[in-house]
Amino acid sequence: MTAPSTTAGLPRTATPATRPVIELRDVTKTYSSGSAAEVQALKGLSLSVGTGEYVAVVGASGSGKSTLMHIIGCLDTATSGTYLLAGENVGSLDEADLAEIRNERIGFVFQQFFLLASLTAWRNVELPLIYAGVPRRERQARTLAALERVGLADRVNHKPAQLSGGQQQRAAIARALVTEPDLILADEPTGNLDSSATEDILTLFDELIGQGSTVVVITHEAEVAARAHRTVRIKDGLIVPRHGDGGVTHMVGLTR
Amino acid sequence: MNWVEILRTAGASLVAHRLRSALTVLGILIGIAAVVLSVGLGLGSQQQVGAQISALGSNLLIVTPGSSTSTAGIRGGFGSASTLTVSDATALANRVAAPDIAAVAPEKDSSQTLAAGSTNWTTSVIGTTDSWLGVRSRTLADGDFFTATDVENASAVTVLGSATATELFGTTNAVGQTVTINSQPFTVVGVLASAGSNSTSNLDDEAVMPITALANDIAGGSTRNSVSTIYLKAASQQTLSAAYQEADALLLNLHRLSGSANADFTISSQNALLATVTSVSKTLTVLLAGIAALSLLVGGIGVMNIMLVSVTERTREIGLRKAIGAPPTAIRRQFLAEAIALGLTGGLLGALLGILGARLLPTLLSTTTPVIVSAPVVIGAVAVSMIIGLIFGVYPATRAARMAPIDALRTE
Ligand SMILES: Nc1ncnc2c1ncn2[C@@H]1O[C@H](COP(=O)(O)OP(=O)(O)O)[C@@H](O)[C@H]1O
Ligand SMILES: [Mg+2]
Repeated sequence: MTAPSTTAGLPRTATPATRPVIELRDVTKTYSSGSAAEVQALKGLSLSVGTGEYVAVVGASGSGKSTLMHIIGCLDTATSGTYLLAGENVGSLDEADLAEIRNERIGFVFQQFFLLASLTAWRNVELPLIYAGVPRRERQARTLAALERVGLADRVNHKPAQLSGGQQQRAAIARALVTEPDLILADEPTGNLDSSATEDILTLFDELIGQGSTVVVITHEAEVAARAHRTVRIKDGLIVPRHGDGGVTHMVGLTR
Repeated sequence: MNWVEILRTAGASLVAHRLRSALTVLGILIGIAAVVLSVGLGLGSQQQVGAQISALGSNLLIVTPGSSTSTAGIRGGFGSASTLTVSDATALANRVAAPDIAAVAPEKDSSQTLAAGSTNWTTSVIGTTDSWLGVRSRTLADGDFFTATDVENASAVTVLGSATATELFGTTNAVGQTVTINSQPFTVVGVLASAGSNSTSNLDDEAVMPITALANDIAGGSTRNSVSTIYLKAASQQTLSAAYQEADALLLNLHRLSGSANADFTISSQNALLATVTSVSKTLTVLLAGIAALSLLVGGIGVMNIMLVSVTERTREIGLRKAIGAPPTAIRRQFLAEAIALGLTGGLLGALLGILGARLLPTLLSTTTPVIVSAPVVIGAVAVSMIIGLIFGVYPATRAARMAPIDALRTE
């Protein structure tokens, strides 16, 4: 099983964001697990990601990358600061509304794939549409389209255990993009894959960007980060300003 | 998320854990089958006892003498133990004075030894009138019953119970034979068909004869006119209470008593007996069903236990479902649907087992008591099994729905 062929002329250069998808301002996150000492994972971080951008978040283990991604993905809420997702302040929303946002606007890709073992690739990909209440006929068309986009159209009835790691991750990506979200969030998506499967996934991301998706990928692999248009380095819960264009990251977030 | 998808998802995850689901269903199944069977057994015995009682004679009132001596001792003394007399029975039989009493049969009992050839047999000899057969709802196996003329003439004839006839004559036809009672020869004119036994006596072991013959030849003397019981038959179930009123008023008047409070007789009905027996067997049914319900409760706790295990085990799945947009209500409904499906499956299979068991149980226990499975009981039991799934599923489902998505995802 080979990855779909790369479209010629990719990648496009990073276009200046017309409308930010993600806007984080002075976000902090403090974990306080009972009697144990408090851990401040994010210490007043600001970040802006525009529509169609391909951003890599890099940093040492424990620097706060996953914490950042959970907040961006509305899986967790910030301790302080504001977060606007496509212009909407999500800080004040309840769990039902957050579920709806995760369903409609965000597609998650995890290092461990997180496919449901008892369901076929088809059912796994269809799941977000079921929660969205999409009618059956439309659901089938969109599920098939998503599986075709990741090159798994001939594996729809396989269960995760019957798929290779790369195929499982492609199924997970199909699940992430089946709802046509504003944003695809990937936390170490190639962390469990060999180099050839990694290349498949990266090619897929390139294609998605070519088709107008916004992708934020967390990684500590240089080859993965190199494919992104922009790299954001995190250290101890804060973004490290880059040499040369130092402060640009912050500028994007602050210019209005 | 619509119900079709919820049921599909619930079904898929129950099938994914077949053995566990099956064992949980078993708990409910046994409980429901036990309820269906125990209620069925209760209803069956109630019906059987009811049938036995009405076999004794329908629309029947039984008049028995009251206590012979009042606390003040005023009415004690000679003959007071037998306050009912043949003339009481005659008066009650008067269609003008008591229009709702259709038939009257007085009974005078005496334990006697019957001899036939070299054999003898001691049994209860009943002196009565020709209406006895109809009033007591008995039939003849052989020969005829004695007539009104026989009663008038105090004819030395008798009708034997089937067991009595067998004891005295074996396989030989008893009709036409002679039995000697109290040194008097009596001709056997008929043999009664078997009626089984009630709680107090064997209805097949007795000898029936004209009350006049019994008084003249066997139990004469000062108590010759007294009777031990008067059976009254009302025309129908509807006129039973009117017949009761008439008998009460008539006997009070005959005995010159001012009111029911100092009556020297008691009138009871089959209905009263039926009500007593029915209430006893109802209590038994409730007790049995209660024990069965307890086992159902244990089954319900089994559902809760399995659902809690399932929620814990599937924490990651819950986290993933939430990450891709499942709202808390969808998660809650999914787990509730699983619990209800477990309960309902157990209920349906349990009802099926109960229905099958109802057919086999009487054979297995070799009893004649039928196990009655009624539709309301089955429907109720299945509904209860669903409700049990619902009730015991609420807590696990709520726990699943309340999980924070990120904590759920992070679980190993
Ligand atoms: N649920 C949690 N409770 C307490 N501390 C946590 C929790 N999650 C992460 N942390 C801490 O927050 C910091 C950042 O973690 P994380 O965002 O996972 O880093 P990364 O993904 O960059 O490795 C670490 O010090 C980690 O130990
Ligand atoms: Mg991490």
